[in-house]
Amino acid sequence: MINASLKQLSQALAAKQISSVELTQLFLDRIERLNPTLNAFVTVDPEKSLNSARLADARIAASSAGPLTGIPIAQKDIFCAEGWRTTCGSKMLANFISPYDATVIRKMEAEAGLVSLGKTNMDEFAMGSSNETSFFGPVHNPWDNARVPGGSSGGSAAAVAARLAPAATGTDTGGSIRQPAALCNLTGLKPTYGVVSRYGMIAFASSLDQGGPMAASAEDCALLLNTMAGFDERDSTSLDRPLEDYARDLEKPLNGLRIGLPKEFFGEGCDAEVMAAVRVAIAEYEKLGATTVELSLPNSHLSVPAYYVIAPAEASSNLSRFDGVRYGFRADDYGNLDDMYLKSRAQGFGAEVKRRILIGTYVLSHGYYDAYYLQAQRIRRLIADDFVEAFKQCDVIMGPTSPSTAFRLGEKAADPVQMYLSDIYTIAVNLAGLPGMSVPCGFAGGLPVGLQLIGNYFDEARLLNVAHRYQQATDWHSRRPEGMA
Amino acid sequence: MSLTLEQVQRIAHLARIEISETEARTTQSHLNGIFQLIEQMQAVDTHGIEPMAHAQDLSQRLRDDAVTEEDRRVAYQAVAPETEAGLYLVPKVIE
Repeated sequence: MINASLKQLSQALAAKQISSVELTQLFLDRIERLNPTLNAFVTVDPEKSLNSARLADARIAASSAGPLTGIPIAQKDIFCAEGWRTTCGSKMLANFISPYDATVIRKMEAEAGLVSLGKTNMDEFAMGSSNETSFFGPVHNPWDNARVPGGSSGGSAAAVAARLAPAATGTDTGGSIRQPAALCNLTGLKPTYGVVSRYGMIAFASSLDQGGPMAASAEDCALLLNTMAGFDERDSTSLDRPLEDYARDLEKPLNGLRIGLPKEFFGEGCDAEVMAAVRVAIAEYEKLGATTVELSLPNSHLSVPAYYVIAPAEASSNLSRFDGVRYGFRADDYGNLDDMYLKSRAQGFGAEVKRRILIGTYVLSHGYYDAYYLQAQRIRRLIADDFVEAFKQCDVIMGPTSPSTAFRLGEKAADPVQMYLSDIYTIAVNLAGLPGMSVPCGFAGGLPVGLQLIGNYFDEARLLNVAHRYQQATDWHSRRPEGMA
Repeated sequence: MSLTLEQVQRIAHLARIEISETEARTTQSHLNGIFQLIEQMQAVDTHGIEPMAHAQDLSQRLRDDAVTEEDRRVAYQAVAPETEAGLYLVPKVIE
């Protein structure tokens, strides 16, 4: 049961081979035993989880269950869940008990009947690529405990990789689903911007943030996305489109699939062993009937600079709500109102969050707005247009997800720029608003390597198909770390 | 471009984050490293390019001007640092 797919778990629950309560308890026991080593969860509440499981069992008994009813799942601690502590990895929200549910939580729990096992650790306010900026301490990669799991959805990635949960939610602003999926040997999907509601998902950079699934396979991701996606009136940028079955095309053959290979993703700056694994994966796709076409994304080298203007600008605005008045941390000692703001924010935010607020404040300030913010938005257009051109020649773009495998804890913590460059292949996808995935495609020095798939707008079903067929032909995605039995 | 210590302190104040001089110095060196990366943008001629604020060029949806939320003041104020009689308490603003 520990390594079962969501489909197998669903069948076992339907056949009454196991109850949701038993299944939930199985994973809660694993969390109790293994989480002290990994620090993947920041909050677990067994009574709450078991209550949801009992409700799920009642639905199964009454034959009113959906395909995923009763299956336990880990929730990234960026999603507000009523009655659960929701911290976003920050001291600022260390004692915040959410009074409401995010739409993703409501859809997964109340509608689909999934059972939340707890809230997973993450970089503070999702700002980081290693999970080291969390107020609750770093997460350890199950493949090597001395290494990072990636970030910002590092807790979700470690939890699923070590099978403390069958699957998890994540969010991706610049690579935060795909990069940790790559570093922990998972399949992760960032949908097209606007497909999954952002309501109740604590905001970092609102024009880039998007929630999505992290799991062991493309099939699991498809089933999860079916429960997460959909129009939401409460999110002003949610897209009003007909509902889709994201699993509908999983089995389609890949004959004639055109794979675009941007030369910018295959140049310098990527670890040689990572690149070798990616090339072997592309050769496997050719065996499956795909053809490749070389192309160019000529402005992709500008994605990191443009992102580090746009994302901090939006963050500085979004995080101004944390002022110690309505919720969150308030300093103990202060003088006047201004002093209360200054001290509450100085003590409540960690170093990386402060850095980004300061960058954002500066680029939006008088005299600098045109040179930085508008220039970044113009470059964002160039980057998005490059993809429009590229998709005239291909159906899916491939390359590495991350330029390296999991790095050592502390290795990049002292140099923000080095850390930022670990998202060099993922950021452009967020700027354009496209869907992207990471799929396990081999190992380098015993550590997992991720293959990135980028699709055209709303092409999630095709991406999942492309990933699934590869996973039928290879077994990289079913490898598990040792020592996590 | 290079930020001075005074600029860092001024930005921190605009952002309402108290910062000591030692912190300001460390921050100054980090921010200057990051801006060095950002400066790559300045070499690009973007004349005539429409700024892209958003992935989907949509206008904001409008809805009927009707009450859609219930009163949940008690639940929302339960998470506030300090309230009294349904009000959020802050230090005195007007003497």
